Amino acid sequence: MGFHLAEKIKQCYNALHNATPKQKVVGTVLLLAALETVFLFFHDSAVFWILAYGLVTLALIFLVLANIIKKSLAAFFFVVPALAIFSIFYIYPFFKVLQLSQHAWDGISPKMVFVGLSNFVEIMKDKIWWVSMRNAGYITLIALTFQNALALALALACDRQIRAKNFYRVIFFIPPVLSEVVVGLIWRWIYDGDYGFLNYTLNLLGLHQLTHNWLSDPNTALTCVAIIHSWKGFGWGFMILLAGLQTIPKELYEAARVDGANVWQSFKNVTIPLMIPVFVLVMILTILGSMQAFVLILSMTGGGPGYHTEVPVTRILASMQGSSMFGYACAQGLTFGVILMMVSFAQMGISRKLKQA
Amino acid sequence: MMNRSGIFKKTLSSLPLFLLFAGCWLLAAVFMNGCGTQGAQAPQAQAAGKKIIIWHWMTDREEAFQELAKRYEAKTGVKVVLELYAPSDAYSQKVRAAAQARALPDIYGLLGEKRDFAAFIKAGHVANLTGAMEAQGAAWKNLLYEKALAVNEFKADNPYGVEPGIYGVPIDVMNIQMVYNKKLFQKAGLDPERPPKDWAEFVADCQKLKEAGIQGLVSGWGEIWMIDCLASNFAFNIMGPEKVLATIRGEVPYTDPDWVKVFSLFKEMADRGMLASGIVTMVNKSAEQNFANERSAFAFNGSWCVNVYHGMNPSLEYGVMLPPKVNLKNPMYIWGGAGSSLLVNDRSLVKEEAIAFLKWLTATEQQAYLSETTRNLPSNRKVSGSIPAILADFSKGMDNVTHPNIWPVNELPKVIERFDKGIQSIIIGEKTPEGLAEELAKLKAEEMAKKGNQ
Repeated sequence: MGFHLAEKIKQCYNALHNATPKQKVVGTVLLLAALETVFLFFHDSAVFWILAYGLVTLALIFLVLANIIKKSLAAFFFVVPALAIFSIFYIYPFFKVLQLSQHAWDGISPKMVFVGLSNFVEIMKDKIWWVSMRNAGYITLIALTFQNALALALALACDRQIRAKNFYRVIFFIPPVLSEVVVGLIWRWIYDGDYGFLNYTLNLLGLHQLTHNWLSDPNTALTCVAIIHSWKGFGWGFMILLAGLQTIPKELYEAARVDGANVWQSFKNVTIPLMIPVFVLVMILTILGSMQAFVLILSMTGGGPGYHTEVPVTRILASMQGSSMFGYACAQGLTFGVILMMVSFAQMGISRKLKQA
Repeated sequence: MMNRSGIFKKTLSSLPLFLLFAGCWLLAAVFMNGCGTQGAQAPQAQAAGKKIIIWHWMTDREEAFQELAKRYEAKTGVKVVLELYAPSDAYSQKVRAAAQARALPDIYGLLGEKRDFAAFIKAGHVANLTGAMEAQGAAWKNLLYEKALAVNEFKADNPYGVEPGIYGVPIDVMNIQMVYNKKLFQKAGLDPERPPKDWAEFVADCQKLKEAGIQGLVSGWGEIWMIDCLASNFAFNIMGPEKVLATIRGEVPYTDPDWVKVFSLFKEMADRGMLASGIVTMVNKSAEQNFANERSAFAFNGSWCVNVYHGMNPSLEYGVMLPPKVNLKNPMYIWGGAGSSLLVNDRSLVKEEAIAFLKWLTATEQQAYLSETTRNLPSNRKVSGSIPAILADFSKGMDNVTHPNIWPVNELPKVIERFDKGIQSIIIGEKTPEGLAEELAKLKAEEMAKKGNQ
């Protein structure tokens, strides 16, 4: 019987380990649904926490047993301190957010009012929330195209034997290490309608008709923010793509050249296929980073004019701080997290298919 | 290779270890559940040590506060530790987090609306100071401006269900009015001693300023509460306080012609080019720089600006004026009252010492020192005679002050946000006054229904 159990655990472990992105999505959704069900029954008592942590404990016992079977128990115990930290700083906050998302609470009062799923229903009907999602999507689109194209072009340039390439690497990595608030304030001055450097330059060039207040114009505000976000972020993509390019063996290019391939053909048939995992990584990081853009927006426009530069994180902050609706803000946070997770899983699935193709 | 019974034995022999681990885990769960809601407060100060900890956000007053803390320690032996957390947004978050963890200091300030104040009181984070205020023939209470105290007071019929009383001590007072640049007035051929009194004059003056190449009004309308403030001033003037409060109660719709008129004023300002460029995304600090650098002739700002402008441009020549009246029959109300207030933590171990310190801080000598060094209006009535001329001009507006925190009802948060953002949209030409009025009326009805269901 003992062996049978061990075999079952081993099978489950392997099944989890080898699950496809689709199965992982389904599994995560089912797990969340189970948690939600537990929560709906025990939302206001310690039973919720005991059950929630009980689930985590069961998962850990499962992992320990699987590791014993795989003869790696000692290795597992090295991970325990990290697991404890993960439990306190990730798992507990997650359950707390889950708990709060189903309450109406002002963040201070000792009493929270249980409202079930109505915060989530409210989010579905909240037009401004979906406007903010669209705005974040637009910033992400600009980042995926403009930012990553720039990062790739510069990485390709620096991958060649050019003079002072280390100097360029440092220069290109300066924007990401600058404070977002500082960047936002500097660019706000550059975009200023009356005394901004951009309008001053346009005037010098005789392009008076193009000058206007860039950040207060609903037609340009979001694009201006997206461009600065891309400018600030391209350095990360550049570094990762350059590292990826340097792992491609030079012999492959030499062989391609011997076979008569020109530069474009080498790029298309050698660089791109070998860089797909790196492209996927950069794209996932770009999507996650851009969807969560926040500080830059706060320092440049504060979400205005109107709702034109509002993004999900500014909406969460507005719910939490402006309106003291902590429960609603937590529900927004969870909804946003689930959307980002789905996007990431979808992208991993696509990349897997691309690699197979 | 391990045989079947070997695996099973190894598994069984490790089980006590798992159970111990699992037990610890579950204990941690129960413990953390307790921490989140029921945790006991860590003592912030030892009564025996006579140390009072104060959190504040007032960067411009830090030096003066430190000096006063030294004086207080020299006088009483009680050590006052001031901890500055800025900017105000970050401070606000810190106070909220500390309140949730029940780790607030002995004295702190609360930045928020009346409902936040009420929530803090109901959660036991604020001491009721009525007894101290009323002691010795209400000597302390009578020393302070009534309107400054009103912001910190909950009346018997307050809608928040808070026990009636005074819960905060104003350390200065403020009001929000308009200021105008006298030099730019002269440059445009206007009389620098005669600022506009009504809407028609304001429009005419802005027109003259525009013709002279000078921008009209600047304000930090990227921070939406400042739009809310001016719109509320106009609303009180046009329709009177009762109708505004009736709207908040849901008895008058936002589609009422008076409200449309309020929104139309912003459209008129935008259409006539009376507003500074980029005003809808401008934070108040930038607006203050704009006015201090003489780029705009008018600014809508609070009395704290006296200190700010002095720091930015000591030679700036400007005067104070009430926002222009639209309805000449009604008075022009402005927002004002307590500028900054400090609260005593009800759980503080040195509560009595904390109250004594605040009493000392608001005494005439300390208030005069604060007013002189920080250029803010004192909350102590007896100091008023010795304040600078420009502050004295601001203080004249105190007769006209009102504030959402003293209204018997407050607008719903979502409606406030849509109201302010909607005015931004009117200024950038995206919405019409009528369109915004319709939108607000619909949202108000939805939110009222939701509130009724909860």
